[in-house]
Parts: sequence; structure tokens; C-alpha cells
Amino acid sequence: MKKADLKSLDLAALWRGLTRPDPAGHDRVVPPTGFTAQLTVFSAGAMAFLAVFALALALATGRLADRWSSELAQTVTVRISAPEDQMDQQTRTVMEVLQTTPGIAESRLLPDDEVEKLLEPWFGPDVPVEALPVPRLIEVTEAAEGFDAEALRLRLQGEAPGAVLDDHTRWREPLVSAANRLRALGLISLALIAAASAAMITLAAKAAMAANGQVIRVLRLIGARDITIATAFVRRFTRRAAMGAAGGTVLGMAAVWALPSMDQAGGFLTGLGFQGWGWLWPLLVPIAAAAIGFAATRWAALKILREVR
Amino acid sequence: MIEMQNLSFGYSGNDPLLADLSLTLQPGSFHFLTGPSGSGKTSFLRLCYAELLPTAGRMTAFGQDVRGLDRDGIAALRRRVGVVHQDTQFLDHLPVAENIALPLIVSGEPVDMPALGDLLSWVQMSGQARAMPPELSGGERQRAALARAVIMSPELILADEPTGNLDWEMSMRLLQLLIELNRSGKAVLIATHDLNLIRAAKQQVQARVLRIAGKRLQLAGADL
Repeated sequence: MKKADLKSLDLAALWRGLTRPDPAGHDRVVPPTGFTAQLTVFSAGAMAFLAVFALALALATGRLADRWSSELAQTVTVRISAPEDQMDQQTRTVMEVLQTTPGIAESRLLPDDEVEKLLEPWFGPDVPVEALPVPRLIEVTEAAEGFDAEALRLRLQGEAPGAVLDDHTRWREPLVSAANRLRALGLISLALIAAASAAMITLAAKAAMAANGQVIRVLRLIGARDITIATAFVRRFTRRAAMGAAGGTVLGMAAVWALPSMDQAGGFLTGLGFQGWGWLWPLLVPIAAAAIGFAATRWAALKILREVR
Repeated sequence: MIEMQNLSFGYSGNDPLLADLSLTLQPGSFHFLTGPSGSGKTSFLRLCYAELLPTAGRMTAFGQDVRGLDRDGIAALRRRVGVVHQDTQFLDHLPVAENIALPLIVSGEPVDMPALGDLLSWVQMSGQARAMPPELSGGERQRAALARAVIMSPELILADEPTGNLDWEMSMRLLQLLIELNRSGKAVLIATHDLNLIRAAKQQVQARVLRIAGKRLQLAGADL
């Protein structure tokens, strides 16, 4: 028998069968499969739980990469290390250069108290900044059109030899790259979870249909259409996948919600979780699980029905 | 109703089990199909409800070429043909009444409970309506299978060795039911090797006897 012969199992017909109520009790024609049912619900739940974490990871690393990328790309620092008697002069020169450089929106000399805060993690509170040979720092905010960093570097070299332009490129790139890789890992994990779920549901559906080969044969012999038989199985497995995934998603969201907050986590887990509308993303997991259950069971039904005339 | 012209069938390509069969089953007819074990009686019946397809020749069922039927077409054909299988296949997880109503359920047609009660009563199974199939005796299984075969009011009833495992009294009871169906206008074809059953039927109904011998279908009858 050719696959085309099973045209009645098209997606639209199956979907109609799935969404229609079952007052005639079509589903009852398939015997209950207790253990397979429990396994399907449990596996779908576990996969959904993991999917929520993978989703949280992907979203958080995505946010992190975007934030680092945009924040660091728009801020540049000029560091001035000069003998004490030239410090003020070179600082003024640098400020003038920056104010006349196209593509720079704002430049601001960091006051001593801000420098003190920056040094606090290393030197502790109450550091006497004025007693230390601390370089002057100028924070530069880039305009939307950007500026020519090489040209500015050469100009500073000529007019204020103690000034060093630091556009953070050296350490920004690996950080952003790491965050992007983490995001990719999260997305790959999601894809793997979806594939594993599909494989698991397909196996369960195939096992259930193979175990019910005689039932399927009897149903065909008394005039049941393929769509009637397949819908009974598809409806059952789609519901199980959706129910299990809904439970797993709720648990996963609760676990993400219960993660330590940004401050408590000490920065390492900064932002891991969902924010604002992002909490709606996990709600797609049960829908995706149901779709996977639907597609996987339909595929299994096609294979088994092809063997029964 | 069913028409076969020079039909052949074989499970392996070169050696047909049935060869050059020609037959027309008319509405309201009553046929017996006999022949030794392994002669192809069951295969012949399976051809009639398109579980098997002819390897040569032509066969039409209710005016349609069975080879041109798609899977939904085959399902529709089977709703017009009631089959009492030799091994009376039921769904063991459903009670007898639901098994009997199964053709209606899978067709999406409403189950008329009083009519179902009448049908159970007709096959003398009212007391077993809630029983599960494994709890039934051989005779009860055959009668339940007959009830399931006729619930869609099919035009043709096929029975494969329906009395094979039954005592004489029970065989007669089942035969009476089939004769009643025939008198109500249904065509009946019974595969059996029980000549006593055929003789008993011929006393009450005009039945033709077909015999499969040497892969071919012959009209017997007069010598029985």
C-alpha cells in the first residue's frame, strides 16, 4: 500500500478530529494503556521542565549579549597617565580633542568619588584617591553614527601623549562571543529537547499501536476509516503530551522564579530567568509539546496503518 | 451486488490459490461455499470484503471495481457487508453491547439503544450485554458476532464457518438467525464444510451450494 492511499490522514482532517468533542466515544475503541500513558505524561513533564530552563538560559544570555554589546560599544574610556604637573594640561587638551571629534556625543571627566567607587572592590572603602597615582578617566559616549577610533588614537598620541583610548574591544569581543555561544547552547538544548520529546512520544505511540494491532485490524474490518482509528490515538497522545508538559512547565517556571535574585547571586547568575513579557514564553512549551505529540503520533499511525488493509 | 469475472487470487505470484472464478451474488440470495480445508474458502470471503485483492480478473462490489477503491472506499464497502469471522474477533476491553454497536460507533452514527436491545434479544444475548467478550461461550461469541455483523443493516452477510465450534443445537439456532436475515432481504453467503447444516438450510430456504475444487468454483447443490 502506498503512503498516498492514506490521504484521509491529512493534517486538516486530523486536526478537526482532534478538536471535535467525542460524544460518540470513538476514543474508547482504543484500550487504555496505563503504563505507556503514565510514561508519556512523565516524560513530557520532565522534558518541559528542562525546556523551561533552556529557554530561560537562552533568553538570559541573549539579553546579556545584547546588553554588553550595546553598552560597551557605545562607551569608550580615555585614560590619562601623566606627570602630576602636566596632568591638568593634558586633561584639558584631551577634553578639547574629544569635543571637536565628530561622532562623539558626550565626554565626561570622572570625578574623584566615582573613581573611588571603581577602585573600592580592590582597595576597600575610604581609599585616598588623591594620594595615589591614579590615572584620570574620561568617559566618552559614542554618537549613533560612531567615530573613527584609529584617527582619534593618533590625534591623542600627538596632542596628549599620556592619553590612552580604550574602546573595550579587547575584552568586549570575547564576552559578547561567550554570551552568544551560551545563547546558542540554550537554543540547541531546546531543539534537542524537542527532538527527544518527539522520539519518545513516537516510540510510545508506536508501541501502543503495535500492541493494539489486533484492535486496529478489527476496526478496519468492521468499516472504520483510517482517520477514525488514527484520531483515537492522536487525541490520546496529544493530550498526554500537553498535560505532562503543562505540569512540567508550571514546575519549571516556579523553579526559575525561586532562583536567587540578581543581588543574592553575586552577579554570576545575573538575569537568569524571565523578565516582564518573557514570562509568557514558557507558556508555549505545552503547545509545542502538544504539536510534537500530534505530529509524532500521526507519523506512527501512518506507519502502522500502512501495514493493515 | 458482488460480481466476479475470471477472477484469480494467489498469495505467491506464480501459484494461484483460486483461479478463473466467475460468480454473481444477487440481492436476497442464499449461498453456501464448501470445499476441503485449505481450498480457499476464507480467502474467497476475504476477497468479497476487499481484505484481499484479486491478482487477475475483475471484481466489482456494489457496482465499484474493488481495485479502484481507496482506503476510505474499502471502509465504506465493509459497512455494506456484515462479516461473521471464523475467530469472532472482538475488542476485549469493551462489553458485549458496545462490541456489537462498534460498527455504528466507528461510523459516527448514533446508537439507538432500544434497537440495540432488540438486536441483543434477537440473538438471545440480552443477559450478556454487559459481559466482557472473554466471558462468553463459543455459541454466545458467534451470536454476538452475528449481531455485530447485522447492526449496520448490511446488504450482504458473509459467515466464515459460523458453526465450526458449536454443537448441533446451537448451530441450528444460528442458522435460523441467518435464514431470518435472508427472508428480510439480505444476501447470505456461508462458508462451511458441514453438509448437515447445508441440508438443514435447504429444507427452509432456496440455497445454492458452491464448491471450491481444484482452485475453481463449481456449482454443487443437486447432489446434496
